[in-house]
Amino acid sequence: MATLAHHDSDFVEHVHHQFEDIEQQNEAYLVGMWAFLVTEVMFFGAMFLVYSLYRWFYQADFYAAHHELSIPAGAINTTILLASSFTMVMAVHFAQLRNKLMVMLNLVATIGLATAFLLIKFLYEWPEKAKHFLVPGPGFDPQHLEGTSKRAWELFYSLYFAMTGLHALHIIIGILIIGALAFLWQKGAKSVTEDYIPTELVGLYWHFVDLVWIFLFPLFYLIPK
Amino acid sequence: MSATAYRPTDVKEEEVHVKEPSYLEDGHSVKSWLLTGDHKRIGIMYLITISIFFFVGSLAAGLIRAQLVLPANSLLEAETYNKVFTAHGVVMIFFFLLVAIPAVFGNFVLPLAIGARDLAFPRLNLLSYYLYLLGGLLATTALLTGGIETGWTFYVPLSSMYSNGQVTMAIVGAFVAGFSSIATAVNFIATIHKMRAPGMTWGRLPLWVWSTYATSLVIILGTPVVAITLLLVVFERVFRLGIFSPELGGDPVLFQHLFWFYSHPAVYIMVLPAMGVISDIIATFSSRRIFGYEFIAFSSLLIAALGFLVWGHHMFISSQSMYQSVVFSLISFLVAVPSAIKIFNWTATLYKGHIRLQTPMVYALGFIGLFTLGGLTGLFLACLGTDVHLTNTYFVVAHFHYVMVGGSVMAFLGALHYWWPKMTGRMYPDNWGKVNALLVFVGFNLTFFPQFILGFLGMPRRYAYYYFAPQYQPLHILSTAGASVLAIAFAIPFFYLTRSLKYGAKASDNPWHATGLEWTVASPPPTHNFHETPVVTREQYEFGHLVPEVRAIEESDKARRDAEIAAEHAAEAASTEAK
Amino acid sequence: MSSHGSHLPGHIHVFPIWMYVKVFIALFVLMILTVAASYVDFTHIHPLGMTISPLVGSLINNVIAMTIAVLKATLVVLFFMHVKFSTRLTKIFAVSGFVWMSLMFLILLDYGTRAWEPVPSWEKFEGSALSRQKGEKAEETSVRPRQ
Repeated sequence: MATLAHHDSDFVEHVHHQFEDIEQQNEAYLVGMWAFLVTEVMFFGAMFLVYSLYRWFYQADFYAAHHELSIPAGAINTTILLASSFTMVMAVHFAQLRNKLMVMLNLVATIGLATAFLLIKFLYEWPEKAKHFLVPGPGFDPQHLEGTSKRAWELFYSLYFAMTGLHALHIIIGILIIGALAFLWQKGAKSVTEDYIPTELVGLYWHFVDLVWIFLFPLFYLIPK
Repeated sequence: MSATAYRPTDVKEEEVHVKEPSYLEDGHSVKSWLLTGDHKRIGIMYLITISIFFFVGSLAAGLIRAQLVLPANSLLEAETYNKVFTAHGVVMIFFFLLVAIPAVFGNFVLPLAIGARDLAFPRLNLLSYYLYLLGGLLATTALLTGGIETGWTFYVPLSSMYSNGQVTMAIVGAFVAGFSSIATAVNFIATIHKMRAPGMTWGRLPLWVWSTYATSLVIILGTPVVAITLLLVVFERVFRLGIFSPELGGDPVLFQHLFWFYSHPAVYIMVLPAMGVISDIIATFSSRRIFGYEFIAFSSLLIAALGFLVWGHHMFISSQSMYQSVVFSLISFLVAVPSAIKIFNWTATLYKGHIRLQTPMVYALGFIGLFTLGGLTGLFLACLGTDVHLTNTYFVVAHFHYVMVGGSVMAFLGALHYWWPKMTGRMYPDNWGKVNALLVFVGFNLTFFPQFILGFLGMPRRYAYYYFAPQYQPLHILSTAGASVLAIAFAIPFFYLTRSLKYGAKASDNPWHATGLEWTVASPPPTHNFHETPVVTREQYEFGHLVPEVRAIEESDKARRDAEIAAEHAAEAASTEAK
Repeated sequence: MSSHGSHLPGHIHVFPIWMYVKVFIALFVLMILTVAASYVDFTHIHPLGMTISPLVGSLINNVIAMTIAVLKATLVVLFFMHVKFSTRLTKIFAVSGFVWMSLMFLILLDYGTRAWEPVPSWEKFEGSALSRQKGEKAEETSVRPRQ
């Protein structure tokens, strides 16, 4: 059997022992991350399917129910998330250039924007729903039914809370992961400063979270008549 | 064929191993095991854990069979019986079958088989194991503290609204185990794509690696769907977010659609690795190149893909649209084709092969018979007309036990006996193994064949009592008798295998004269698998250099194939010249 | 947008910031468009002097909204997630997720085709697939929601 001359992992600290060289490691990480994103697509995709089915059945009721959602809040949140995607990809860009200061700035900006998103959702949108008795459960009591079905309204809001809630959970997890990444950059850990792939992987996750919202926004907030 | 183990006399194996400690000796502390990144140790931990779960599931099965010996008895009340069969299903499916072959043998052997030092993500692998353990503990706790009576299928609205059982905890357990599954699949996909040794092209992979790859694809595409579906049931129970609730205009059948969208591919997660293992065992114990390598590899992918298009055949008697039912029925017939291709190819491999009937081979031959029967009976269920009569009867129960126990569990035992020498460095007594395999075969058929007849005669499944039809009793008694034999047959390997750890003969590198890179390292392997990255120059299933008896046949086969290819090239060259 | 940036050791493609800025602006514009389009009521447009039925009108709205969303998603996937510049394997993974998700949407076909072979007396039941497809709204029933 032939021998390969050496493993990069014998010399470079951040290549793990099971890999021959940094390129193989990075390619493996990218394949793994994309495989994980495929699972996330199927995860949210199933919820989109449920939504599509019920919207098809209860088009008029969903139209009436969606009026209680604030389009300005949704639009602002969409802009915030798009901007956070931008700052995230900037962070990846500067990670490639090994510019620690700019990476940190952009990561912090991403976290800031994400937090703003959550604040708007949890301190404004959701409490507004509670105030108007639109939280599903025994207290569900929509005020502006106007002949549409209360059951379908409750279905709409069940879907609304379930989907935006799961999405928000993914944002919280994203904030934690980006925070951990920023911490590593701050420390100057070679695993992130010498190699931009970890930052890229976090970026991929974050862009996916943005993707989900790109679809959630028109589906819930912009229902046509 | 001789009953003694195969002992070659004139084949010398090159044993040029530097004296490295094996992975078992490399660190004895508890911490070195519990915090290991070594895929081999993780595989062993999985083996121990799934065996415990298998035991728990078997206890539940024993209770079921004990209950059904009499048409109406007070052993178990109806609701308790429901909890028992649910426990049996949940434990066996989520914590044994879905995990067994991929997590034990995939983890242990995959890096060795492709010439890698470890999986792509060892720490993720360890996380996989702990997630699995956590999920299993949660689910078992749920089952033991109140239990759930919904069946492993968790149909709404029973599970979401009316059940008083520990549904939430059990679902969370299954959910967590799902993440474990996904993490393992992600790991395998990255490993197979990026960590093959030089020369290990896709066309030279062992066929069970192809199956493992197809299985991993199914896992990442299907598991998230059941995760979200079960999560929505929990939301309904905990937050009153009724998505499937008819009171809100929701549709319970939607739950069934989403549940079976995963759970049908799930059965392929259980069976594809099994079929892969059988491919390799048959090749090894016939010392013959597997017939139709490309067909078998491709059929694994085809089963994975088609398996996603047949979920509706579990819903023929729900209010599903008749037109969709017809489509599902047709595709269900089609999905039998790639499985049949495998059976034909295995049989063709056996023909004129240098067959040695050692324990793994006995299990593999049993698999072929039992899986064929299970698969054929699936066709009865795929056909709309007969399904109306047979669905929700014991016919279905018998069908899936034939493919899952007669198929997957037999393959698991075959794999265990095949790779045991590699994993532990010890040989078990082959006679015990062979006799036990036959005992499994007999006990299994005695348990489940009467159930086909029971189902055909109309005995419904999931029924605690059948006092309305006491004529079913003899068949149930046969089934229970078989179950007792099967229980003994499953228990015996535990004893001779663990005994072999201390008293078994030391295994050589390649006791079965198998191809495959895992057989080129020591038994048990050193921690880092290979001290030099191997370079692969041979096709996968070439036995001539290992088994002298087949050298001549193999060379003549090869010469014939080369001649055919040369003739093709000559014909092409002639036709291009003529133009 | 197609110009590649400078090369660093290790074959890393660095893209100019300007590319990302352009994509972000495009995304923002598309968002404005989608909000604006949702306010347009297509049933009151009279091409060639015809009126469009409300059903078709809302269908046009839906198609526009989804097309814009898909466009935005494509921009994010291709440029922010670098799929345009990745290996073929990455592209396959990126596409296959969405393809498989569409497979799930075949479930909708079940509900769509149930009415073709209706079971007699389905229409008597509130909330059954059939009564919905006749365009009735789900109404209150005597069944009380779980309190």
